Amino acid sequence: MTAVRSDTAVRIDGVSRFFGAGAARVQALDNVSLDVRSGEFLCLLGASGCGKSTLLGLIAGLDAPSAGTVDTTGRRAGMMFQDSALLPWLTAGGNIEVPLRLRGIRRGERRERVERLLAMVRLAGLADKRPHELSGGMRQRVSLARAFAQEADILCMDEPFGALDAMTRDLLHDELERIWRETGVTVIFVTHDVREAVRLGDRIVLLSSRPGRVAEIFDVDIERPRRIDSARVAELATTVTTRLREEVGRHGH
Amino acid sequence: MATESGISTQLRGRSTDLDPETGLAVDAALAGLDALDIPTVQRRPLAARAWAATWPKIGALALFLLLWQVVVWSGWKPTYVLPGPGKALSEFGSRLGTNHFWDALARTLVRALEGYALAVVIGVVVGVAVSRSAVLRTAVGSFITALQTMPSIVWFPLAILLFKLSESAILFVVVLGAAPSVANGVIYGVDYVPPLLVRVGRSMGARGFSLYRYVVAPAALPSVLAGLKQGWAFCWRSLMAGELLVIVPGHPSVGADLQNSRELLDTVGVMASMITIFVVGVLVDTAFNIADQRMRVRRGLVAEGTSAVRAARGGRGRGMAGGGVDPVGGSGDGTVPHQPVDGGAGGADGGHAGGAG
Repeated sequence: MTAVRSDTAVRIDGVSRFFGAGAARVQALDNVSLDVRSGEFLCLLGASGCGKSTLLGLIAGLDAPSAGTVDTTGRRAGMMFQDSALLPWLTAGGNIEVPLRLRGIRRGERRERVERLLAMVRLAGLADKRPHELSGGMRQRVSLARAFAQEADILCMDEPFGALDAMTRDLLHDELERIWRETGVTVIFVTHDVREAVRLGDRIVLLSSRPGRVAEIFDVDIERPRRIDSARVAELATTVTTRLREEVGRHGH
Repeated sequence: MATESGISTQLRGRSTDLDPETGLAVDAALAGLDALDIPTVQRRPLAARAWAATWPKIGALALFLLLWQVVVWSGWKPTYVLPGPGKALSEFGSRLGTNHFWDALARTLVRALEGYALAVVIGVVVGVAVSRSAVLRTAVGSFITALQTMPSIVWFPLAILLFKLSESAILFVVVLGAAPSVANGVIYGVDYVPPLLVRVGRSMGARGFSLYRYVVAPAALPSVLAGLKQGWAFCWRSLMAGELLVIVPGHPSVGADLQNSRELLDTVGVMASMITIFVVGVLVDTAFNIADQRMRVRRGLVAEGTSAVRAARGGRGRGMAGGGVDPVGGSGDGTVPHQPVDGGAGGADGGHAGGAG
């Protein structure tokens, strides 16, 4: 662990991950190498079984690779899940407070930070609402605030908007982009939605399936802010989709 | 709807920034969506809820008393063997004015609380240990359930040989009766904690004890509460069986009174004692239900005074609108596993006790 800030936020070097043993052994990732730049918005894109969530778990430190190394260069990774995964027995504010309590931050300061984080995701004043009293989009914003409460330099997002309706998702793309710009956080965003990846990413890493390998990396040279329905986004999305279909098609035989 | 207007007021006080391409305010759209999306909960006034919770109980009680009276009127048994509800209730009422009644009740309740407290401590310790250790689970996991299904009455011969006719004999059986339910509640609760929530806890940096404190324990609470409730039922049953069998001289108790009345062929007295036992049962059950209801309302599993199943069926238009029930919270908390319940222990207790006396 180095305290020196390099331009690389995450160094993934020759990472493989197996699950199970013997004949039932499944390889989720095969020799994946990838550098994530500091402050970058990186999208991991792939079909089912490409190991994108596995890779994210490795970066977030929830899991260890079978081979190779994952180096987060001394940075702290926060995680956000598809289901908002808020603790249902706590209020919105209480959920955001948990990572602060785990780090031993005192009560007065916790309250202040919770309010600040809620304001960041435009939910100021809703600290006392319970998860079931909020809509899906609002819950995801609380979840985002909770990830930031971990003072994460790297934000790992596992299909965070997958379960939302199109209009909410669209607005949350804008919100996420704004917060990313304002905070300078490094985002690693897992999705299987090509347009979403093109809408958000600086780069798109296309993973092949079973086992997951890096198939191709796309640079997204479309100026921000972008709109998901713009012609340039649609154009690149078509290219990426064609390539993704090739990868998926190799499993049909 | 108070909730909804409250939230939209809070949402309105935001700065605006415009979408550079469309010129539309992003956060105005977001605020609008929030206001539309927010699930609305309709709350009925307190008086209406109280009435809705009370009248079916009063009705059921009235029906039961009526049936009882009808049987008495039918002349099936002479009234000195089967007195009517009026006589039994008035005997119960007149007992309320005697010191003896309150001394006996106090003795019984102290025994119950002591035994229950000890059972909860033992049950929680054993439950946590078993849920954490695969070896312990294999070793004693099924014994706990076996112990739970054993009618507590069968422990008394051993208890009396070990402790004689003493308070200790009663305590021994009460603890053995209640602790397995509590332990099973803890074990099932921990087993059914949604893995996603554990992953969330770990991603926030919780490990070991802090993971238990912030995630596992609160997630297991519904099942633990179910175990505590069942544990109380076993505790109360065991205690009543014990008080009928183990009568400690100079220690009046509800069970001793009941046994006493039986020996004096005083059916009215027997019924008055049984009413006492029933009332205590109802009061404790109500306390557990209030705790359970509060927990479910807080977690969004139930919209005030109704079950999640009924809300999902759209019963009377109450409940949530617009995907209000969190699927994670729902599946996570809703899964209160059914514990094995002994089918006949309660009845067996009563039967054996009557025969033995």
